[in-house]
Formats: sequence, structure tokens, C-alpha cells
Amino acid sequence: MALRRINQQGIVLGIFAVMFVAFTAFLPGFFTTANMLTLLQNVSVLGILGLAMAIVVIGRGIDISLIAVLAVPPGLVLQMVQDGSSLPVALSVALLLSLAFGLFNGWLIAYAEVPALFTTLASGLFLAGFGQAALFKLDVVQWSPGLQGFEWLGQGQLLGIPMPIIVFALACGLVAFLLRSTRPGAYIYAIGDNPNTARVTGVPTRPIIVLQFVLAALIGCFAGLVMAASVNSMPTRIFNSTMIYDVILVVVLGGIGLSGGRGGVLNVVIGTLLIGTMLNGMTIMDVSYSGQNLVKGVVLLVAVIADSFLNPRNEETAQQGDI
Amino acid sequence: MQETFVKLRSRYWPDHLLGEILSKRWTETAIPMIVLIAVAVALSQAIPGFLSPASLGDTARQAGEIGFVVLGMALVVIVGGVDLSVGSMFALCDFCALYCLNVLNWPVPAVIVATIAFGALLGSVNGILIGYLRLRAFITTLITLIIFRSAYDLLLVGNSVKIASSMPDFPAWDFLGGGELFGIPSVALLYVVIAIFGHIFLTRLRPGWHITAIGGSRRSAYNSGIPVRRTIALCYVASGALTGIGALFFAARLGTVGGDVGVGLEVTVLTATVLGGITLGGGKGSVAKALAGTLIVLLITNGLTTLSVRGGYNRMVLASILLVAAMIDIRWLKNRNRIISKVYVAPAYHYLPPPPSTEIGKGGPFEQNDKLRDVSLIGLSRIESPEDVILDRHDNLYAGSRHGDIMKFHAPDYTRMEVFAHIGGQPLGMAFDRNDNLYCCIGGMGLYRIAPDGKVEKATDETNRSIWSVNDDSRLRLADDLDIADDGRIFFSEATVRYEMDEWPVDGLEARGNGRIICYDPNKNTTRTVLRGLKFPNGICIASDRQSILFAETFGCSIKRYWFDGPKSGTVEVVMDNLPGYPDNINLASDGNYWLALVGMRSPALDLAWRMPDFRRRMGKRLPVDEWLFPNINTGCVVKFNEQGKILESFWDLSGANHPMITSMREHRGHLYLGGIANNRIGRYKLDGADPNFVQYDKRWGKQA
Repeated sequence: MALRRINQQGIVLGIFAVMFVAFTAFLPGFFTTANMLTLLQNVSVLGILGLAMAIVVIGRGIDISLIAVLAVPPGLVLQMVQDGSSLPVALSVALLLSLAFGLFNGWLIAYAEVPALFTTLASGLFLAGFGQAALFKLDVVQWSPGLQGFEWLGQGQLLGIPMPIIVFALACGLVAFLLRSTRPGAYIYAIGDNPNTARVTGVPTRPIIVLQFVLAALIGCFAGLVMAASVNSMPTRIFNSTMIYDVILVVVLGGIGLSGGRGGVLNVVIGTLLIGTMLNGMTIMDVSYSGQNLVKGVVLLVAVIADSFLNPRNEETAQQGDI
Repeated sequence: MQETFVKLRSRYWPDHLLGEILSKRWTETAIPMIVLIAVAVALSQAIPGFLSPASLGDTARQAGEIGFVVLGMALVVIVGGVDLSVGSMFALCDFCALYCLNVLNWPVPAVIVATIAFGALLGSVNGILIGYLRLRAFITTLITLIIFRSAYDLLLVGNSVKIASSMPDFPAWDFLGGGELFGIPSVALLYVVIAIFGHIFLTRLRPGWHITAIGGSRRSAYNSGIPVRRTIALCYVASGALTGIGALFFAARLGTVGGDVGVGLEVTVLTATVLGGITLGGGKGSVAKALAGTLIVLLITNGLTTLSVRGGYNRMVLASILLVAAMIDIRWLKNRNRIISKVYVAPAYHYLPPPPSTEIGKGGPFEQNDKLRDVSLIGLSRIESPEDVILDRHDNLYAGSRHGDIMKFHAPDYTRMEVFAHIGGQPLGMAFDRNDNLYCCIGGMGLYRIAPDGKVEKATDETNRSIWSVNDDSRLRLADDLDIADDGRIFFSEATVRYEMDEWPVDGLEARGNGRIICYDPNKNTTRTVLRGLKFPNGICIASDRQSILFAETFGCSIKRYWFDGPKSGTVEVVMDNLPGYPDNINLASDGNYWLALVGMRSPALDLAWRMPDFRRRMGKRLPVDEWLFPNINTGCVVKFNEQGKILESFWDLSGANHPMITSMREHRGHLYLGGIANNRIGRYKLDGADPNFVQYDKRWGKQA
């Protein structure tokens, strides 16, 4: 019976632990302070995006447009500063853009009732197209002198710890506080658990859904700023990559079910660590990018299959319309 | 003046068609189709030569390739899943085809089989994981997307040069890629074949219904014994195989394996699926929708490419169209039923002159009395809803019940009650034929025959379909009452073709001629509609000349006569009109006259409302059903009339204790038996001076030994 209680979160944690121990034992140079920091730094952007995704997924939604919001508003900051605006002005414009984008998504999903998957698919396409057509001159927006000091967000250190890790930790704390200790957080869980019941109970479901997508957009924009600051540019073609799938994997592997209402910040951290450890280990082993992806996919599949054996879904308990 | 206008409008303007058209299933596909046409028109205006054969042929080629993938996705979405791995499968199948052909130098048929089988194999990975291991479709296919894609990338590293360096020349292969038959590209031809098969499969074959059922409600499908796991798994296999077909044509057309083959295809395909109106979450979708979605997406992307719009604007336009179309589609699907319920009821103009008085002291044949106070009761609280009552030659009494049974009360005291026959629908009018078979109209089912031993047989449940009606009116919705002519032909009324039995008050609100009279000929086993456009035809009785029937139009408040034989064959004549109540069943009286039940009495308010169709339309839209003006059926009476249309006598229950509302009555051996569809008793009233030996079916068919 004890086995029954192991959930996906436990499995992933287990795989993570096994992998971590194995890498420590067999990979020279893995378990060093420097490498640990690199590992964390590499996945912190993914982790921050995972937090944004988690907020939406817990509320039984999904946000495919996160990569667009990661690329476009921060890219706009770089572009505006390059064109001569001051950093605060550029930052506020980017924030407003993210805010408007989040509101737009939220309105479509909550009020126009277009499915979240479809809305964010299209709106992400729209935002990326908007950036490409109207905002950026080149695919990669370069760093400019006006941004002096801003790179600290991505490259600086505090007490010897790289800033991205600190930023990720801070974001985790904030989101955890939001989800666990505030009324809107509780509402998000209620909506994710059962939207109709939440609505009947008096939860303002539509405004809360809008709030989820606004938060996701703002966090996504923030992740983009961190990313731009750490690589000194914003490669806007990142929208075309499969990064969004990595984000979803972080969230789902960590144990936040796509059917909503379950999981929290801890799950995002676990998912991020697993992906980070795996990628880091394989990078040390010099596995090719495709090979890394293959291994990543197989490991994920094993985790999901193991979960399905330990927590079987059947035709009686499966939620209708839950894909 | 204004009333004349209202009258003419109501007579000649087909208000009722809007609701009937909207309630057709195919209107669900209307929005994607309209979007498709709008896009095509807009692009053909913007781009010269957009609709030229060359351009269309090119579009058809691409549409075919992607179309196969969309068909697979549609199948998977209808069964309640999603397949994100189609792009990677597409790439792998493309690789498989070209590797088999260029490197292994297999013959073309073998390549075709290998590629499709390879696609099915990849699909079966998804199928086993999702169908049998019951993983979540979204996350599983997301993972297989990554696995398949990286496998493809790894395979490319060693083989892309080998594939590119040899270009074998097979005519069959070129035909796949660029061939035409009658000017139609090969891929489009195969697509049409598969699409037609897919349509028949989804709408007409059992496995297709299983797929829709599983998507609609997995739990119910499982509980009703559908092999849910196998069906789901096979859908993914089919998706893989269809993707393989698409990739095969793609490989034949372009002959390249590049790093970007199939990248983002899942987004395009998913967009096409949703845009076509196939609901994410399952249960709804069709091949036509998949095709519409494919064409919309392709036309837009191709059109924008041709217009050489900058990449970014291209994306913005595509995204905007997607969002707007999805929004309209979702609102449409969501509100369609609400719109239908608002516009389906289409009231017509119906004028009735002021009714004759029924008040006590005013005189006249309808003057109220309390004659029915002294009925004796049969089956009190043991029977429910005896719409019609009938007595056989042996004095036994039969009555329908709400539970779908015909009950038999045994003579002579009618206390012993048994179920004579179970039919399953509400029995309405009844009549015995020459051989003592009991014919019965069953609401919602049709005309049934019950042999003397209680064996139930369907006589008929459909008639000829009217050519110009939008609603399919071949099925019987509300067969109401019948009588049998000398040669055995059965004339029965169908009260309305637009509503179900429980919605009869709505038909009253509409006051449109929705009813008809149908003739069933048991000798030839044919059913034909003989009269249309009647206002709730109800009771039917063969007249004394045996060549005509008398029938009641409940909401027409009239009795008419229809000749089916003889010199006046085919003509209709009014016997009585402007009755003070709503006539129901008509039956023979012992003195050669007729009994008529008035199920309810008219009220001035509804009479006035019947002259104001717009008022009733507003009422139908704005008020809940229970606050509508309905025909009053709380009080009624039995009257006797002669063939000339003169009322001779009326019988009322003023106290309202036993028979406030009467739908049927039969005279038998000096007594009148009363039934009411909202009653829980049958009344037996002693008639003064009536023939004590009158047995309706002895008189009708002659005495039997």
C-alpha cells in the first residue's frame, strides 16, 4: 500500500536523486560548486517560466504564448534603449505591453470562452509576428550602452550566488506566497479543481482567470529580462524553438496535473532540477543536442508511464474533456 | 388594415423555416464554411490569378498533404485526445520514404507500403501509451514529439547526404509527386476518396459512432460496452498512417529531407482542426469540418505568401483570423441551441369569431349544466392518463395509460384491471377493426396493432416525406386518433409535425397548420399523407356514408369532413366551426349522431393573442414557458352533434371533481364512458333513453357469432 502513495512528484524526485547520485559518482566535475551554480543558472529562466505556467495550469489552463512574451517585450526594451530611450521608459513600455497582452489573453479565455490552448497558440503567434513586423530590425536585438548596469540582473552575483538563481528563488517565494497565502491563490486552486463549482460558490472565476494570464505574462516578461541580461542580447527567434515544450514538461513532470487544481511551487522546482540535472550531466558527457533531447524524452516517458501504473486513471475517474 | 397585413404576412412569409433550418445538424459547420468563402473571396480580390487552375492545383497539392494529417488529427480530437507528435511523425515518414527509395532502392509500391506502415507504427506508440496505458494525450504526444524529432535529427546526421546524392527516376513516384488525372492532382484525388470514406465511416459505420461516443462521454461509452481502449489506440494508429500518407506525397513532391521538415506542423494542423469547428475535448467533428479548416489555413498562408507580406504581418493576420474565427465559432456553437429555441416557435395569424355563449341562463346548446356529477368511477387512482377509452364486443373496457400500457377492465363490474398490452409510448386514440384487432395511435411512436391475444405489432411509423419541407416529416411524431374505413384503410391524424407530444401547448401557441391526416392501407402496407396544414387535427370518425371522415381540428375549433371515396373524393367541407372549446375525439352515438369531447374552453385572451403573431413571438422569447398564454384545458364538456353540424346536447361537470377535462367518450349499452388525458379515472355515465343494446363495433362491423 505504501507504494500506492508514491505520486509523480515522488517518482520524479526519485529519478532526480538517482541521476544526481549517479552523475556525482561517475561524472568527474559534476558535483562541484562551480558546476552546481552553472546548472542552476542555466535552468533558472526555465524555472521562472515554469512558475508562470504553473499559475495557469493550476487554474486548469495552459499558456503556449509564454515564449512570445519572453521574447518580445524584453526585446522591445533592448530595441528602445538602442534607439535612444531611457531604460525606465523602455521598461515601463515593456511592462505595459505584457500587461495588455495578459489582459487580452485572459479576456479571450475567460469572457470569449475560447479554449486556452487555442487562444495562447494564436495570441503568441500574433505577438511574435507583431515584434517581427513592427518592433525589431534584426532577429537578434543587441545589447547597447544605454543598458549599462542592467546586465547585473543576469550576470551579477550576490554573496557569490549568481543573480538568476537568486531571482528564481525570489520568484518562487512570491508565487508560493500568492498561491498559498492569498485569496486569489485559493481561488485559482478552486477554479482548477472544478470551475463550475467555483463559479456557483461565488468565486469571481472570470476575473481570476484574467489575473492568471496577466501574472503569467508579467512573469514571462521578467524571465525574458533575466535571459536578455545574462546573454547580453535577445534572440527573438527563440519563439520558433521548442522551448515552450520544455516549460510544459517542467510543470507536468514536477507533478502539476494538466487537469488543474493540484501542485505548487515545489513541483516546479523539482521539475526544473530534474531537467537541469539531466541536461547538465549530458552536456558534461558531450551528448549532442538531439541526443540530449532523445534521452530527455525517454526519461520523461518513463516517468509518465510509471506514474500511470502507480496512479492508474480509468474510465470512471477520468475527467471529461481532459486531454 | 394592419390586421390584413399581419394576416397576409403570416400566411405567405415562411417564419417557421428559419428555426427548422437552424436546427439542422449541418448548420454547425456553417461558420467555418462562411469564413472559408470570405477568405477565398478576399484573397481572389487581392491577388490576381489566385483562382487560376495552376494556383488552385498547387493549393490542392498542399491541401492534400496537410489534409491527410488534419484528418488524422480530427479523428484523434473527436475521440477526445490530441496528437502533437504529427509534425515529427511527418518528418520521420518523409525520411522513411526517401531512405527506402533513394538509399535502399526499393520499388515504389514497397516504399508506399513501408511508409504508411511506418506511420502506423509510430502512431501505435502513441496509441498503446494513450489507449492501453491510459496516459494523458497532451503530455504523451508532447513527449513523443520530442523523441521522434530527435530521432529524426539523429538519423539525418548520417543519411542526409546519401539521400540527397541519389535521385532515382520512377514514373510512379513522379506521378505521386506531380501527376494529374483529369487535371486534378493525384494527391487531391486520393484525398477525396479517403475523405468520402472517412465521412461514411464517421457518420454511417459502427466504429465511427464508437469514436464519437467515446469523445462525447468516455465513461458512458465504457459502461455501454464499447471497447474504449482499443478504439482510442486505433485512432492514434490511424492518425500515424494518415500522416504517413501525407508525408509520402510530400516526399514525392519535394524529395528532400531538411532539418525543418514538419517543424511546427502540429500547430498548423491543430489550427486547421479547431478552425474547422472540431471541438477540443472530443465528441464533435466531421470530415467536412476538417476539410474546411485545412483549406482556410492553407488559403490564408498561401495568399499571404503570394502577397509577399513580411513574415511578421503574415503571422499577425493569421493569428487574428484564427482568434476571430474561433471566437465566432465558439459563440455560435454555444448559443445555437438558445437561438433555435428562440426562433423555432413561429406563431401564425389565427382568427376566430367570438364564441357562442356557454353561460348558465343564456340558453343555447352549450349552456352549462351539472349532468356529469353522477358518474360512477372506474379504476380510480389505478389508471393514469386514459386519453381514449374503448369497449369491445364482450363489454370489456380498454384504456391507455401514461406508462405505455393498454389496460383492460373486465366486464361486468370493471374492477378487475390487467395490462392488456405493453407498447412503451403513450396510447392515444383507439379503434377495433373487423377482426377485433385493436389499432392504437401511440404518441411519439406511430400506429400500432394489438391482436385480441395482446400481441403488439407496429402497423406504421412513417409516411411519405414532403418534398419541400425542411424538417424531415416522414417519421410520425404525434399520431393522435384514428378510424377504419370499410375496406380496412385506416385514417389517422398526426396533430403536429413540428413538436413532440409533450410540447403540444407550444403548437397551440404557434396556431400554425402543422398537423396532417394520414392514410395507412394494411392491404398494401402503404402509408400516405392525404391532408396537410391542419391546426392540430385530433379526433377522427367515419361518417355514416362510409365515404368520408369527420375530423376535429383542436386549435382550429372546428369539425370538418373529408371525402376519401365517392363523387366528392378529395374534398374537405366544414361541418361546424367556431366551437366554444377545443374539440378532441369524435365517436359514434347510438342514435346515429356523434359524440364530441371538448378538451378545453376558449378564452378571450388567447383568442385575441391568436390574432397577434408578433405578440406571441415576443411572449415566446421573453417569458418562461410556464407563464405563456396557453389554451385552457381545465374545463371541458361532451357534446352530441348531428351530421349537419347542429349541437344537440351538452354534458358538463360543473363541480370539476371527476371530469373537468375530457378527451374521449364512448357510448356502450346505454352508458357513456369518459376518459381524460390528465385524469386518473374513467367515468361511466348513464344515458337517458339511449339504446341499451348499442355496441359500437357490432353496429360498425356487423354482429359476430
